[in-house]
Amino acid sequence: MGGSKTIALNGLPAGQRGIVRELQGGHRFISRLAVLGFTPGTEVLMVRNPGRGPLIVQVRDTRIALGQGEARRIFVSPSADGNRE
Amino acid sequence: MHCHATTTDLSLTEQKTAEHLAEGQRVITVALAGQPNVGKSTIFNMLTGLNQHVGNWPGKTIEQKVGTYHHNGFLVRIVDLPGTYSLTANSPEERIARDFIIRERPDVVVAIVDAASLERNLYLVAELLCLPVPVVVGLNMVDVAEMQGMRIEPHVLQAALGLPVVPMVASKNQGLRELMETVDAVVRGQVPLHPCPPEIRADHREVLDELERLIHGYVPEPYPETWVALKLLEGDSEITEMMRRQLPPDRWDQVDRLLRQHEDAILAVAGGRYDWIARMIRAAVTRPRAGQITLTDRLDQVATHPLWGFLLLLVIMGAAFWLTYTIGTPIQDWLDAHVVQAGAAVVRAKLQGAPVWLVGLLADGVLGGAGTVLTFLPILILFFALFGLLEDVGYMARAAYVMDRFMHLMGLHGKSFLPLFLGFGCNVPAVMGARIIEDRRARLLTIQLAPLVPCTARMAVVVFLTPAFFGRQAALVAWGLVAINLAVLAVGGVLLNRILFKGVHTAFIMELPLYHIPNARTIGLQVWQHTTAFLRKAGSIILIISVIVWALSVLPTGELETSVLAWVGRGLAPLGRLMGMDWRMVVALLASFVAKENAIAALGVLYGTGREAVGLAETMAATVPASSALAFLVVEMLFIPCMATVATIRQETQSWRWTLLNILLLLFVSLAAGIVIYQVVKVVLGPQSLVLGP
Repeated sequence: MGGSKTIALNGLPAGQRGIVRELQGGHRFISRLAVLGFTPGTEVLMVRNPGRGPLIVQVRDTRIALGQGEARRIFVSPSADGNRE
Repeated sequence: MHCHATTTDLSLTEQKTAEHLAEGQRVITVALAGQPNVGKSTIFNMLTGLNQHVGNWPGKTIEQKVGTYHHNGFLVRIVDLPGTYSLTANSPEERIARDFIIRERPDVVVAIVDAASLERNLYLVAELLCLPVPVVVGLNMVDVAEMQGMRIEPHVLQAALGLPVVPMVASKNQGLRELMETVDAVVRGQVPLHPCPPEIRADHREVLDELERLIHGYVPEPYPETWVALKLLEGDSEITEMMRRQLPPDRWDQVDRLLRQHEDAILAVAGGRYDWIARMIRAAVTRPRAGQITLTDRLDQVATHPLWGFLLLLVIMGAAFWLTYTIGTPIQDWLDAHVVQAGAAVVRAKLQGAPVWLVGLLADGVLGGAGTVLTFLPILILFFALFGLLEDVGYMARAAYVMDRFMHLMGLHGKSFLPLFLGFGCNVPAVMGARIIEDRRARLLTIQLAPLVPCTARMAVVVFLTPAFFGRQAALVAWGLVAINLAVLAVGGVLLNRILFKGVHTAFIMELPLYHIPNARTIGLQVWQHTTAFLRKAGSIILIISVIVWALSVLPTGELETSVLAWVGRGLAPLGRLMGMDWRMVVALLASFVAKENAIAALGVLYGTGREAVGLAETMAATVPASSALAFLVVEMLFIPCMATVATIRQETQSWRWTLLNILLLLFVSLAAGIVIYQVVKVVLGPQSLVLGP
């Protein structure tokens, strides 16, 4: 995947951006996420990631709360420029 | 049109329709579509005012709103489709929305999009374009988008989409007239529509063509073939099932094989739509959102913080309860004294010559039962209004987010917190509010737990009895009782999830909408709908059961002490003794089935202080040990739900089994808790523990 390493979304620290690479899970789950804009190639921004409990990501103009279990099945490659304010 | 749930709705609308047809008016149907949180209900309410009927979609517990307005010689019938992110059969809401459009073929579909999150919002428009109906886009909240630094050119968007685009700020009543005029012009054929629907990503184009070739000639009316091929590729369960039945087995095998090879095609379809959206946005958005920190960002710093967010939620909940009770309780007391009690006195005075049973039926059965339930209306209205305000501002999604980690322990997620919170007002809307939870399993579990939330009626009993029995510790006891209920709710949730649902995990995916200024009209109409729904219940089922319970309390001798109810109570006395209760307290518990606060009225009659309950608490405190009173209150708080809640559980679950399960569960839990509390307190304080009194 372009040389950059892929991590599960819940590993992305708050304030950092990443590009969606892969979704894993049942068909319904993938379909729901794809509709909300989590398609491969999309940039996401981690808004809040408390480590435990649900996290908040911004994707395509929208803030979405995701459970840890859901975030573990979304794979992203962290953007190289890291903390961009 | 088969889109009405209740017969009253149907007849009303048809009646109106017939009237206007006689005047030579043409009736047109407009479907209002949009994703959640785009201000769709505000627009629906602005357009229709009180000319709306709320019911359910046929066979579903999903709310259906139909309204009308007149414009330029048309009678416009607006059907508010459920808010959905897409039109794939991922949820019943999505199924309803697309079935309505495909089967009922409305004259126009108005798609409301939020200008501030245009990218995701256009996804639904991309799906609507594939359907054979004219679409008008209502570009709402352009003011919010501008505040965020975005500038959108509606005309360019219109040209790019090939659809009419109407910029709007519905909350400030801007753009509604233009929207109505555009709908009008589309129906009259004065607006050229050249929709340019999105294409699938190139790597899946061949597969789509192949699918279309395979199903050609087998797609039933009124489904468009291209659309069906696309839905097959998306893995839409409903359409897949339909085509499996329609196609000859060998054809189906070919289709099935093709679909299996491209299981992730949904990503290509959705990706294609987002590529298309990106082109629209590049054209129409002349200044993209700047990276500045918005109001929503700043508020969310606190509201979604793991610690501060939780404390904020506690403060907001506390303030909501404080307001509800400080303003609502005096009004309720006043209504009880000046409407129910005074009404009963008037009935007794006016009907002096009438048969005793008739006076009793009206004064005690109708007024004392259903009338007392109605006195809770002010408290409910206040609570609904506060809840509606918090929801409309956008805060409730944050509350759900903060509560998610706690709800998770019960196998639920944050969204279940919202109906449960509503339960502190009244359990009836709590059970109905569980509709917002997509997953059926989580919805059923939330409904099972909702009656454990102590409602205003139960708190009234606690507030009434605790001071006489526990003096200065009354507040402590009251909080303890609430804590017991919440603890039972938590433990019950964990156990029920394990036993009934094998601990299945529910996906938590929830949009956090931008905060915005609340719209008084939207909140007002929501309160109005909640209130009228409650009133309809009070006028029907609550009234009937009030009369039945009253009849049991006077038959056959005319005295409660020798009635059927008392006979039942005496029969249950051995069970009562385990909890330190005499037959009178058992009867009071039974009476609380009608409405929880009825327990006070029943105790008033049985302890001989009369219906006014004056001095009742003191009289009881002199004869009943505090341990018994405590057990009574614990059972009252946990007891089987009131009949209005039972009726609602049946209606929402569509199942007597789930309803009976709830009754049995709460019966068992409440009695077990009563026995344990009584026996423990007796051992700790001694059997004649009257010493706690003031």
